[in-house]
Amino acid sequence: MSPIATAALAKTAPPAPPRRRARSGPPTRRLMAPATLFLLAWMIVPLAMTLYYSVRHYNLMMPELRNFVGATNYKLLLTDPTFWHSLVNTLVLVMACLAITVALGLGLALLFNRTFPGRGVARTLAISPFFVMPVVTGLIWKNMLFHPVYGLLAWLARELGLAPFDWLAQQPMLSIVIMIAWEWTPFALLILLTGLQSLPEDQIEAARLDGAGRWQEFRHIVVPHLGQVLYVVVMLESIFFLTSFAEIYATTSGGPGTATTNLPYYIYQNAFFQYDIGLSSAAAVGAVVLANVFSFFLIRFVAGNLNAGSAR
Amino acid sequence: MAIVELKNVVKNYGGRKAQGPNAVDDFNLTTRDGEFVVLVGPSGCGKTTTMRMIAGLEDLSAGSIRIGGRDVSDVAPRDRDIAMVFQSYALYPHMTVFGNMAFALRLKKLPQAEIEKRVREAARMLDIEHLLERKPRALSGGQRQRVALGRAIVRQPQVFLMDEPLSNLDAKLRVETRAQIIKLHRSLGVTTFYVTHDQVEAMTMGQRIVVMLDGNVQQIATPHELYAQPVNTFVAGFIGTPSMNFLPATVGDDARSLQGEGYRFRAGDARAAGLAGKAGATVLVGVRPEHLKWCGSGDAQAANHLAGKVDVVEPLGSTTMVQVDVGGQRITAQLDSAIAVEMGQPIALTCAADVLHLFDAQTGQALGLPAQA
Ligand SMILES: Nc1ncnc2c1ncn2[C@@H]1O[C@H](COP(=O)(O)OP(=O)(O)O)[C@@H](O)[C@H]1O
Ligand SMILES: [Mg+2]
Repeated sequence: MSPIATAALAKTAPPAPPRRRARSGPPTRRLMAPATLFLLAWMIVPLAMTLYYSVRHYNLMMPELRNFVGATNYKLLLTDPTFWHSLVNTLVLVMACLAITVALGLGLALLFNRTFPGRGVARTLAISPFFVMPVVTGLIWKNMLFHPVYGLLAWLARELGLAPFDWLAQQPMLSIVIMIAWEWTPFALLILLTGLQSLPEDQIEAARLDGAGRWQEFRHIVVPHLGQVLYVVVMLESIFFLTSFAEIYATTSGGPGTATTNLPYYIYQNAFFQYDIGLSSAAAVGAVVLANVFSFFLIRFVAGNLNAGSAR
Repeated sequence: MAIVELKNVVKNYGGRKAQGPNAVDDFNLTTRDGEFVVLVGPSGCGKTTTMRMIAGLEDLSAGSIRIGGRDVSDVAPRDRDIAMVFQSYALYPHMTVFGNMAFALRLKKLPQAEIEKRVREAARMLDIEHLLERKPRALSGGQRQRVALGRAIVRQPQVFLMDEPLSNLDAKLRVETRAQIIKLHRSLGVTTFYVTHDQVEAMTMGQRIVVMLDGNVQQIATPHELYAQPVNTFVAGFIGTPSMNFLPATVGDDARSLQGEGYRFRAGDARAAGLAGKAGATVLVGVRPEHLKWCGSGDAQAANHLAGKVDVVEPLGSTTMVQVDVGGQRITAQLDSAIAVEMGQPIALTCAADVLHLFDAQTGQALGLPAQA
């Protein structure tokens, strides 16, 4: 076709409909980009690097020896009794702290949901441990409370005529659990209290007229109402408990022996004492897997309980 | 099914050291067995407070409550055998409709078969059988309301309490449910307290009506008595739509005739006694809009006569609502729609002698009522 004919055709052809632009909504992708990039830089990149290091021989003491070793780091990890011990420690720590903080938090929330003189002050005090930094928590408990000579608990024991107890040496795991639970009970309290306060009064009254006693009221009305909130508390807390580090670092340093070495501390030790980045990366991958498995079962468990509680 | 007695019941929310006005003041009532009692009054008059005291959700500041002869003043709500329908319905959101209705029965540890039977039966009565497996959030307002009713019915309690159960429904549904509740009451025969701020609801539903204002009981009477013999201007104005017209009038020397600017009345035989010794004094004459009639020129000598100017005409189809300016006072008359009236036109109205109400101009108390039984 000659250029002239084309031009003529172009003239006679009806004007093409204007290209539809996605003008209906905001430019979603561009607006989401910063968040996505941030997430990428913050999570995906380190995760990818961890995965990469975990399949390489990488020890800071032997910087020139950096080669691909396949699953060797994982084999080493799985045959290291300390790793298994730290895994058990992690689970014990998480479960114990969850049980204590949720039970105590719920109990306190029920108490603080009543009116009594001085409630505002008492509530603020009850919540304040949450605002103490983990390292500070560790130091306070180690030097001012647990200390067998200068500690408050030792003084109490002596006043009562008992032998002072060296908490961190004799009951290291229990001590760590107490510390972390002390720190996190306020969190559970705060969230559960908010949940309680959103329970409509008339539901309680209806249940009372229906013949429910205090316990039945709690079991059939309050607990199901708190379901969602409990779920949030358990999820968030288990993530934090899985990664507890500062309290252990500041008090027992994972000891005595490996009595309080949890997974994060194990990773830390391998990376910064053994300088074995490869092995500790493999352990970190293990921690990620654990966190996922844990939350998977937790979700199933909590959701199952919620459904059971609400059935009929 | 039981007789409920409230004796000198007082509620003050100030706690032990009573402060401010009483939310409910000196409430006295004895129901008949299986009676449907309606508490009515404007918002804040103490209806809910009274109900909550009967339910046991509020302590009494004074007085006593007996249910079926038993003093329950200090009995916990769960032991009073009372079912309440809340204005908000207060369904348990995490339970199904079945679970909601069965909750009280399960707490009572009834056998499963019995629970099943009672719930199904109540569901059938209320036409919510197909909803039994749903959660409350998947129900419409009217359905929730019926579930709340069902939850009360299955209990087979001694007393039902219903606190404005229809106020969240639209007008059509409200009328339907009203009829349904009455039918339920007639078939179950359970003593029922029903709260509403809507006088039409009160009049159509109540076997006896308690009219309240600011915590005080104004009158306890059957719907007909309330309409025909209101004890004061508040009750007279509150019951009936459109509400009663009040006109100040001077009592004549014969203690029978009443005179005002643009109108004159002659008290009927029944009420005339109330005017004894009041010659020259001012009283309030009450006359309901539906009792006013158009007055042809031939009736100019009628004993009851109002002359004025038509202000507003509102045709309603079967009747016409007319607002008339009588000597500077605005009154409402409900006239036959066959009568042609136009705005601005002069009009004369009359009424029968025995429909006049008389009230004391100062206290608002009715005059010349037959002695209370
Ligand atoms: N919990 C309460 N504390 C203090 N005052 C209340 C409380 N409940 C109701 N009142 C007061 O008592 C009066 C009666 O209220 P209520 O019984 O709810 O009225 P109604 O149901 O007729 O609208 C009102 O003046 C109200 O402000
Ligand atoms: Mg109310």
